[in-house]
Amino acid sequence: MTDSVHAESGTAPGAAEAPSTEGTDLGVVFGPGSPAVSDESGTAPVQLLTPEGERREHPDYSFDLDDEVIKGFYRDLVLTRRIDAEATALQRHGELGIWAQLLGQEAAQIGSGRAMGPQDFVFPTYREHGVAWCRGVDPLHLLGLFRGVDQGGWDPNENNFALYTIVIGAQTLHATGYAMGMQRDGVVGSGDPDKDAAVVAYFGDGATSQGDVNEAFIWASVFNAPVVFFCQNNQWAISEPIERQSRIPLYQRAHGFGFPGVRVDGNDVLACYAVTQAALRRAREGSGPTFVEAYTYRMGAHTTTDDPTRYRLSEDLEHWKLKDPIARVKAYLVRGGLADDAFFAGIEQEAEAMGEHLREGCRALPDPSPLSIFDQVFVEQTPELAAQKEQFAAYLASFEGAH
Amino acid sequence: MAQITLAKGLNQGLRAALEADPKVIVMGEDVGKLGGVFRITDGLQKDFGEDRVIDTPLAESGILGTAVGLAMRGYRPVCEIQFDGFVYPAYDQIVSQVAKIHFRSQGKIRMPIVIRIPFGGGIGAVEHHSESPEAQFAHTAGLKVVACSNPVDGFHMIQQAIASDDPIVFFEPKRQYHADKAELDESVQPAALFSSRVVREGSDATLLAYGPMVKTCVQAAQAAADEGQSLEVIDLRTLSPLDLVPVVESVRKTGRVIVTHEATVNLGLGSEIAARISEQCFYSLEAPVLRVGGFDTPYPPSRIEDDYLPDLDRVLDAVDRALAY
Ligand SMILES: Cc1ncc(C[n+]2csc(CCOP(=O)(O)OP(=O)(O)O)c2C)c(N)n1
Ligand SMILES: [Mg+2]
Repeated sequence: MTDSVHAESGTAPGAAEAPSTEGTDLGVVFGPGSPAVSDESGTAPVQLLTPEGERREHPDYSFDLDDEVIKGFYRDLVLTRRIDAEATALQRHGELGIWAQLLGQEAAQIGSGRAMGPQDFVFPTYREHGVAWCRGVDPLHLLGLFRGVDQGGWDPNENNFALYTIVIGAQTLHATGYAMGMQRDGVVGSGDPDKDAAVVAYFGDGATSQGDVNEAFIWASVFNAPVVFFCQNNQWAISEPIERQSRIPLYQRAHGFGFPGVRVDGNDVLACYAVTQAALRRAREGSGPTFVEAYTYRMGAHTTTDDPTRYRLSEDLEHWKLKDPIARVKAYLVRGGLADDAFFAGIEQEAEAMGEHLREGCRALPDPSPLSIFDQVFVEQTPELAAQKEQFAAYLASFEGAH
Repeated sequence: MAQITLAKGLNQGLRAALEADPKVIVMGEDVGKLGGVFRITDGLQKDFGEDRVIDTPLAESGILGTAVGLAMRGYRPVCEIQFDGFVYPAYDQIVSQVAKIHFRSQGKIRMPIVIRIPFGGGIGAVEHHSESPEAQFAHTAGLKVVACSNPVDGFHMIQQAIASDDPIVFFEPKRQYHADKAELDESVQPAALFSSRVVREGSDATLLAYGPMVKTCVQAAQAAADEGQSLEVIDLRTLSPLDLVPVVESVRKTGRVIVTHEATVNLGLGSEIAARISEQCFYSLEAPVLRVGGFDTPYPPSRIEDDYLPDLDRVLDAVDRALAY
């Protein structure tokens, strides 16, 4: 998969000037001084598949994989939306305390998620259910945090997918540090495409205001760390519109920190794939960080406890519905006669099975033992905590038989 | 007379403060159009404008750092931190700047800043949304720390805090926001901000509480009364400075005292209070001062938060232990 994409960018202007890369050099295309950033046309997102389902050419990015891959993306998109819808319903039924919906952001997550190799590592926010899916995390594990039975039920090292981070922006620094570790381990710029690795840090438009995120940009830039900063600009931070966080398009911020930024149509899975792939390649080969702004829209509420009618217009939502990330892939597949009814029915069936898996699995997720919390604080249990645990066990036991 | 919730009391108190002084500014994430995630600032931006009720960028250090500058310029910022667990990006500004500027400037610069923090658990939330960080601020010289427990106090205390020329960290028990209603009679003169108050009289033991634990302790006292025990309950209200005058008086009467809070017991408010009681009431004590609070673990997943949080049973268990001496 990686190899065929490598072939993609031979046509990129500027690639000839780029010293050591056969891929698109984002530093040249969008780097400081590039006309692309100073004139307004630079803000047009990279798009390879229109909302109507038509393929588009782009001078710097292309998607050269065959249609089977696109069919795979379609499956990912539909299943991800189903995971999201099912979890939302479970919250409504009281099975989850809260759920952070990704509705509308499927393409940004599947495109970027599928661009990664197994050796890459992800630092997500709390909304990256589609990326988790791409990494092979059982979606059932995602529910634990929202149900309140754990604070992240998967092993970050199993799928190279860190725990969800709720404190806005904190994970971007973790991502940068992890990438610095990769540099020291010799898995950056070794020339071996199966070995070279990078980190993808996810965060939102609101997060770009946090000090931590800006510090992460500085660290990654100064140490040339192999990080892709993947910002899903879904236009909202709870009730605050993007204008409250930035006066310039977010991707342009990157230039001030000394690395390239690019805006991609976040509802176009092909473009998200191609741009992330190029940014990852740059990182893996040792050319440093890239900022990817996936321009998208939060079609749902911030979380299931939020009421967006208090602060935004329903017309906006209607407008973005026309840019739905799944509909355009379906249109492309149908129009080109690339997929038949059996294909779509098969995916529908899979989605049904996924729904059942989540409904049944969620209800069966066991509550943790109240005593277990004492064992998870430290590697080496302290005598104080051991004593607290013992006292609490005795206290709990005193109720047994009493009721 | 109006029956109000704590959320309403705070909202009306903020409104009164904005009306009383044009220098008062409310700032925080989602406090404007949305009215805050708990609706404490509901309607304020509409009525006082975007210059006085500010939806800030998503940056807590920025909220407190700019509040310092606004305060130096004569404004009285009221900063909302969305949840307890999100105050830490602002911690440096609060501890190293807000708390020290009056001292460093030898009194030439005042920091009339209020930092509102919804705190405590019991709402079934995900991590970072149920914490009780009050001791970290009470431990910081240069900060005053208070916690309201009921609608009427919410109404008065927020206005008193805003009127104060010192920086105040103002804790609000979030699970009480919309829970109980109380009657607000504005003709009744409020107690001083930095004072604690006996909320239920008793003679066998004294329960000390603040914020969300006040209700728990009152319920515990009611349950104990059914078993013939008479418990006094004191709402501390002010955590730094402490007002131990009613506490000392009570302990001289009961000889037994239990300090409660949701925060972890280790080096919590209870530790300081226990030390002071043993210094000031040593000969009145019939039992050691006991503490009931959170275990020394991070706040657990919400499905077991009821086990973690000190509840009526754990308070009464401590009462029994105190009475057994
Ligand atoms: C440090 C911190 N402050 C406040 C919050 C509360 N909060 C949760 S999500 C959110 C908005 C985040 O917006 P954005 O970064 O755009 O991500 P999105 O939710 O849109 O995916 C806020 C303010 C938090 N989680 N962490
Ligand atoms: Mg956002």
